[in-house]
Amino acid sequence: MVKRYAKDYKLIELMAVAAAREIRDGEVVFAGTGLPMLGAMLAQQTHAPNCVIVFEAGAVDCKLTHLPMSVGDPRTMRFASTATGLFDVFSTILQRGYIDVGFLSGAQIDAYGNINATCIGDYHRPKVRFPGSGGSGDIACLSKRTIIIAVHEKRRFPERVDYITSPGWIDGPGGRERAGLKWGGPVAVLTNLGVLRFDERTKRAYLVSYHPGVTPKQVKENTGFELDVSRAKKTEPPTEAEIKILRKKVDPEGIFLKKVAAEE
Amino acid sequence: MASEANDKIMSLREAAKLVPSGAHISLGGFTTQRHPMAFVHELIRQKKRNLHFYGHSPGGDLDMLIGAGCIKRVELAYEADEAFARIGPCFRRAVEGGKIEWEDYSNFGMVQRFAAGAMGIPFIPTRTMLGSDIVKKEGFSEKTRSDPKIAPKKLAVMNCPFTGDKIILLPAIQTDVTIIHAQVVDAQGTIRIYGQNFGDEQQAKCAKKLIVTCEEIVEPEELREYPEHNLIPFFRVNAIVKVPYGAHPYACYRYYDYDPEFLRMYHRVARNDKTFREFLNEYVFGVSDWEKYLTKIGDRKLRALKADKKLGYAPALKRR
Repeated sequence: MVKRYAKDYKLIELMAVAAAREIRDGEVVFAGTGLPMLGAMLAQQTHAPNCVIVFEAGAVDCKLTHLPMSVGDPRTMRFASTATGLFDVFSTILQRGYIDVGFLSGAQIDAYGNINATCIGDYHRPKVRFPGSGGSGDIACLSKRTIIIAVHEKRRFPERVDYITSPGWIDGPGGRERAGLKWGGPVAVLTNLGVLRFDERTKRAYLVSYHPGVTPKQVKENTGFELDVSRAKKTEPPTEAEIKILRKKVDPEGIFLKKVAAEE
Repeated sequence: MASEANDKIMSLREAAKLVPSGAHISLGGFTTQRHPMAFVHELIRQKKRNLHFYGHSPGGDLDMLIGAGCIKRVELAYEADEAFARIGPCFRRAVEGGKIEWEDYSNFGMVQRFAAGAMGIPFIPTRTMLGSDIVKKEGFSEKTRSDPKIAPKKLAVMNCPFTGDKIILLPAIQTDVTIIHAQVVDAQGTIRIYGQNFGDEQQAKCAKKLIVTCEEIVEPEELREYPEHNLIPFFRVNAIVKVPYGAHPYACYRYYDYDPEFLRMYHRVARNDKTFREFLNEYVFGVSDWEKYLTKIGDRKLRALKADKKLGYAPALKRR
């Protein structure tokens, strides 16, 4: 089958498609509010009909018909397999090792995929305070792999984050093992400029692809740490089918799609 | 039993008197769902002070209490209304201005602490948070930690005596009072929650005193016909308050949806002290009770929020 690529789409739609493509059929997915939900719902309605969507607030294997605005939204209950609570989902699914892929976001992401969702500046007298870990620290520690979604700005991509809320590769090779983490780690960072992955040897982020209309140089300029762009290609654009499902079935109310990407 | 049971049913005003200033409390619900908001308003109206708050992912419930000056310390994982606000505005101001004390954990960490308290054990081992600064940085001062009601340490890292694995031990929480909002409670106090219970089960069961506000009070026979659907046995409950729409502007599965318009308004006005104060004067101090508050919200709005019986939410609700 020949893929027909969409010509007219927004950045946030491209990012949702990129998120969906990280999910393989049959996987157990831990999704958060916003782009991860869009991606998981899109995956479920395209190439991964058997992916199991889990929300930390309690609903397991949701067959979403209306887009939730919270991971505890009553909409997550629709045709779910079970619905318990945080203690059950975190202990018997996440900590027990059943989450294949978890999605994360945060205010700062560093070269090793560590995320800060807590504060900028001194922890005791922060210049800016953020909401805190929520479940993101748990997902970062205990998913088999994680996908980070972020807005690409220099100040959001420092060499080291001010506070590690959600550990990535920590300080490089062996960092997670030294901390006592048995598995997991970030595999990709999806941004509004491109897609980063982590070098197997150094565990540092490098540019894999840049989105249509963006140059590798631009991505480099918007990254606060030294970014290898030598391996980068152009991001595969969304297909017409993906965009159609996204607009018609996933978010027809335009709850997230009609927001600008920078708000995410 | 009947007379004992009836003693538990009381007004919001009476129930809020069970929470003294300085108490260690926790509230049920999760971000934009099922917070005991009517009770929160009453705590503010009764001018409670110096409360120590434990939560996992509170939303405007805690944010409003902080803004109203009721909170001294928080131990939590997250404070925001998700898609409606990336951070609670009063929480942010209080932390940045050094007006409250805070200690950060993750959501899993906090619910495990409630679970340990509910089980009557002093701590619980976990694999989460390893490698994070949650482990390295303590928020509370030594002076705060010397308070006998507060765990002397935020957490401990050790090697498991059986496997040698590095693990974290988290101190248990037993609240003085936990307040949850449930859909249905019977006249004796048995609690049934529809939908996810979030952390309500552990928060309720770790409490020394449990107050439940609810949409409906029914006869015990009705809930006892299907005991497997009930969450908390009656003898754990100290006070029952019937408050229809008691979680507004938050969602109560199968009863009503969250109120996007109100939440957006809240997050606009809560951004500065002056407009937040005006909000409190209008919606909390300006009304004598929850019924008057609901009159202010208006029938038309409440009807629009009403949940579709099959879906459990309001599918036609304007959310943008």
